[in-house]
Amino acid sequence: MPKLAALLGFGAILLALPHALSFSQQEILVFLTINVLLVASYRLLTLTGEWSLGHVVIMGVGAYASALLSKRLGIYVPAAMLLGAVTAAMIALALSFPLFRMKGFYFLIGSFAAGEIIRLLWKRFRDPFGGPKGLKKIDPMPDFDIGIYAFDFFEPVSYYYFALAVVGVSLWVMWRIERSPVGLTFHAVHWQDRLAEASGVNVRAYRTLAFVLASGFAGLSGALLAHYIGTINPNSFDVEQMVFVLTWTIVGGTATFYGPILGCVVLTILNEIVLREAGFEQMRPLIYGLILILSVLFMPKGLESLVRGAFSWRNARKKKAGETGAAG
Amino acid sequence: MAPSILEIDDLTMRFGGLTAIDRLSFKVERGEIHGLIGPNGAGKTTTFNVVSGFYKPTGGEVRLRGETISGLRMYEVARRGVVRTFQHSTLCAELTVLENVLIGTHMSFPPNIFAAMAGVDKANRRAARARAEEALDFFGLAGLADELAGDLPHGHQRALGMAVALAARPDVVLLDEPFTGMNPEETRRMMELMVKLRNTGVTILLVEHDMHAIMGLCDRITCMSFGRLLAEGNPQEIRHHPDVIEAYLGGARHVA
Ligand SMILES: Nc1ncnc2c1ncn2[C@@H]1O[C@H](COP(=O)(O)OP(=O)(O)O)[C@@H](O)[C@H]1O
Ligand SMILES: [Mg+2]
Repeated sequence: MPKLAALLGFGAILLALPHALSFSQQEILVFLTINVLLVASYRLLTLTGEWSLGHVVIMGVGAYASALLSKRLGIYVPAAMLLGAVTAAMIALALSFPLFRMKGFYFLIGSFAAGEIIRLLWKRFRDPFGGPKGLKKIDPMPDFDIGIYAFDFFEPVSYYYFALAVVGVSLWVMWRIERSPVGLTFHAVHWQDRLAEASGVNVRAYRTLAFVLASGFAGLSGALLAHYIGTINPNSFDVEQMVFVLTWTIVGGTATFYGPILGCVVLTILNEIVLREAGFEQMRPLIYGLILILSVLFMPKGLESLVRGAFSWRNARKKKAGETGAAG
Repeated sequence: MAPSILEIDDLTMRFGGLTAIDRLSFKVERGEIHGLIGPNGAGKTTTFNVVSGFYKPTGGEVRLRGETISGLRMYEVARRGVVRTFQHSTLCAELTVLENVLIGTHMSFPPNIFAAMAGVDKANRRAARARAEEALDFFGLAGLADELAGDLPHGHQRALGMAVALAARPDVVLLDEPFTGMNPEETRRMMELMVKLRNTGVTILLVEHDMHAIMGLCDRITCMSFGRLLAEGNPQEIRHHPDVIEAYLGGARHVA
């Protein structure tokens, strides 16, 4: 079972990782974990071929809903997070009726407009959304103890472990969906919608399903964010964040499950460690734009293509070694 | 008398100024192989597109077992038992042959998202797989199940298109030029399979340019030209019909 061993080893590294980092790096690690969920949910959306510009706003819907539910109604934070995810999914379902009358470019623009309308509502309605200043003093995760580990959510390490568990389970669920007959149908809807429809697939229903599911997971990532930083406002979910998500996705590549995650991790490391340390923080959007253009030009299949290339090269070498070994 | 399984009634399809189908009427009887022939541009593919629900007709209607189906969406028509293939191979080239046929099992074994997440849809998946393998077997593609669909030679891709359609166990299949790209030997084998299929009770509406295949297979033939009905009858009648000969060969004595 080399696969299981690799998985366990990877898990151990993820658990040990924060202890090798400084406090501020630990905080970045929490954001990274949350963004991995966001970008993976974005890939789920793109499985049926539609690219949305409203995904980060949907993440915000989850954040606002979870924050308000715990703040106003006193709902237990983890339950509020789940309800935040459900709210994001429901808003996406409502938006799907006008949005899925459009395709391609028009869907892209429509999703952007829908997102901006939601952001306007947050800004416009001081009650309950807090207006332009947003929500403050969002309830933190209540501490708890699972016997082997006492979660103290004042510490980024604790929140990292919590987020890691939530994100891990979410990724696992998304992975299962993708590898299931539902995932196959998503693929057919994307690449041969006529064949799918001739086979009895309600193409629009499947596009909606992918959109709603992806939005639910985006909402969950928003809820994780809200209860970590404790304050959110409409600008936390503006188009600049969306550009980051697009960049991670495109630089990573969308052909595989891990592509966008890889893009997110690599660019975050580059950004936070290299750029911040070097004092290029101000030029972040510029540099991201440059990376996006360069990767589209020189690496159109994304970082994942490098990984695949490395693996097939290794396999080919192994095979060759096996052949010469057998001959000798 | 029970209504014919498929009735095309006074059907008209206009694209802007062009009338692709012009008041076309014919009936397809249950359990028959019915040919639809005509010169290029006659409107055969458009007829398929209307019957299968890809287009809404400008006028007239299509009935399945007496029920009006024109105006329904393509997936709704499929769910009533009418499944089509496409004139140009329409497959997911980057998926395997088996995965393509699994798409065809969608209606018989609808995926369930919650069961998939919980991992309790094993029986459903196994049944879908068995159905898909059966369809591949029928078309002699079983040995190619794990190949990428895009890597198959053209003739095999046509057969795969039919396997996808038949994995849905339709009552009526619409086959648009299924034998193009097949060599004579493959065509002959396919013709045998069509007869076998008909004998299991499937009704086949067939558009095909290979006159030898059409004449050999069909119980009835409808010939159209410029969107209109030109002639209808059994292969013997069609072969000697002066209008058909005129349309095809500009006056030569025999068709095929
Ligand atoms: N979507 C469309 N828009 C405009 N014209 C079309 C369209 N589909 C088919 N046609 C026209 O309708 C006529 C019939 O085409 P078609 O049904 O493909 O013929 P056949 O399959 O018999 O060769 C042709 O003149 C074709 O150009
Ligand atoms: Mg045609």
